[in-house]
Amino acid sequence: MNSEQGQKDGWSWWYLLFLVQFVAVLWPPFYNQVEPTWIGMPFFYWYQLLWVLIAAAITAGIYLATRK
Amino acid sequence: MHDVNWVALVIFVLLFAFITWLGFAAARWRKGDLDLLHEWGLAGRRFGTVVTWFLVGGDLYTAYTFIAVPALAFGAGAVAFFAVPYTIVVYPLLFLAFPRLWQVCHKHGYITTGDFVRGRFGNRWLALAITVTGIVATMPYIALQLVGIQVVLGGLGLSGTGWAADLPLIIAFLILAAFTYSSGLRAPASIAIVKDILIYITAFVAVIVIPIELGGFGKIFAAVPPAKLLLAPPGPNTTGSYGAYATLALGSAFALLLYPHSMTAILSANSGRAVRRNAALLPGYSFMLGLLALVGFFAIAAGVKGLPEFAAGFKQFGNNYAVPALFLHSFPSWFVGLAFAAIAIGALVPAAIMSIAAANLYTRNIHREFINRNPTDKQEAQMAKWVSLIVKLGALIFILFIPTQYAIYLQLLGGIWIIQTLPSVMIGAYTRWFNDWALLVGWAVGTFAGTWMAIAADLKPTYPVHIGGFTFPGYTALYTVILNVVVAMVLTVVFKALGAQRPAADETAAADYIVA
Repeated sequence: MNSEQGQKDGWSWWYLLFLVQFVAVLWPPFYNQVEPTWIGMPFFYWYQLLWVLIAAAITAGIYLATRK
Repeated sequence: MHDVNWVALVIFVLLFAFITWLGFAAARWRKGDLDLLHEWGLAGRRFGTVVTWFLVGGDLYTAYTFIAVPALAFGAGAVAFFAVPYTIVVYPLLFLAFPRLWQVCHKHGYITTGDFVRGRFGNRWLALAITVTGIVATMPYIALQLVGIQVVLGGLGLSGTGWAADLPLIIAFLILAAFTYSSGLRAPASIAIVKDILIYITAFVAVIVIPIELGGFGKIFAAVPPAKLLLAPPGPNTTGSYGAYATLALGSAFALLLYPHSMTAILSANSGRAVRRNAALLPGYSFMLGLLALVGFFAIAAGVKGLPEFAAGFKQFGNNYAVPALFLHSFPSWFVGLAFAAIAIGALVPAAIMSIAAANLYTRNIHREFINRNPTDKQEAQMAKWVSLIVKLGALIFILFIPTQYAIYLQLLGGIWIIQTLPSVMIGAYTRWFNDWALLVGWAVGTFAGTWMAIAADLKPTYPVHIGGFTFPGYTALYTVILNVVVAMVLTVVFKALGAQRPAADETAAADYIVA
């Protein structure tokens, strides 16, 4: 779909996937709550820690998808 | 000196001696001619994915971070966790813009952001503004690393009065200065590997052992006052703490990669792809930082502030003493020595890279541009080595003679200043559309507005912007860089309408930016 254009100007539509992690962690109403807790940890904390892992996986996926 | 923890001190000194040897031995690692600036200051751009991971991780996640983030959680609660979204959103920026910058810098032999802006926009005054901003923002950051060392030295019981009190810090500083001078960027890169392993061991032991001692996470969070456990929900007509939290995270992410020490570490990678791979791998450090933020809550649950043996430490260092106190309270002495060494060595790595970055900037973009236009390669490298010493000496004098709080204020202002280089550097990696003078005016407006807003807000990072009947408290750096971009855009349109376009100035080509 975009391989030719991608090589010319360095852009890939895959990069739009990055927006997911911006929305997920920069909107506190999503996660500013205690319940559900996990091993005694309020949702606020484990949600954001979990997103570190999800965001890393998204970045790795984009890396693999845009590799020539 | 009667409270010295001797077992911890011996372990601490042994580890410190080891990294001192390593720092000097590093001169022979991936050997290059250290009389060339790109060899001394960028280690010859030879680091692969793994070394870059250690170097950038050791550089961005500083000792001060490991002290201050848990200290903020200890004192203020949930807001400290903004460090987690901050270090999540920083990696897309690293992935997208910085491999492009790596490519163009590699192609044209640029060593600093000043070099890049000079080449891209052909305006020495804009490059000077970028350079001075970088140096000024870096200085208090180095000073804060020394604060990190001070806190753990205090934890070891090395306190005293007068010169004796400062002697251990001065020794640590001399070691740092000497190996940076002799080995350049190879020194912090090799030490970063040792430091990061120590930090990971410390962090994971802390988040497993201490909660077991305290009876589990449930009990720990139950001990945290409810008002600190979550962000305060905003009242009517304001975005309140939610807006502050999100803008702090986003603005800090934009600012972080613009710091000269970030650029130096990124440019020392051996390819744009190595930088990209690291955008997926560096979140390992973010996860650890998130866990360490929780250590601030462990300190609340352990009640270290009420224990008489730590009263003096809290009095001297404030909440920054929370982590050292908790470690002393929870760990056997030998492990305290290892953990404290991890923090102190963790201060040396970024301090070394920051001083190298500032030295590269001065040498390339001030001395070479305005004082001696045709230095030999050897003169240029020698100048950078001397400047790295002067920069560190400045930081040491600052910490010894000026209250720590001033360094913290200046570091806050530094974040507001460094983000003003975003349009020239990060957007510049994509487009030459902006007029160079428009960028310079935008930079000046952003810098002055940001400084004024920070002072008006009593040197707090957030400023309440009022629009209509609504209040939007947010990170001053983010607000003012938006102002900066708007000013630069409007003036670019105006200057182009007046026919001031000078299209020939760009010495880079579109193809130079494509990641191979």
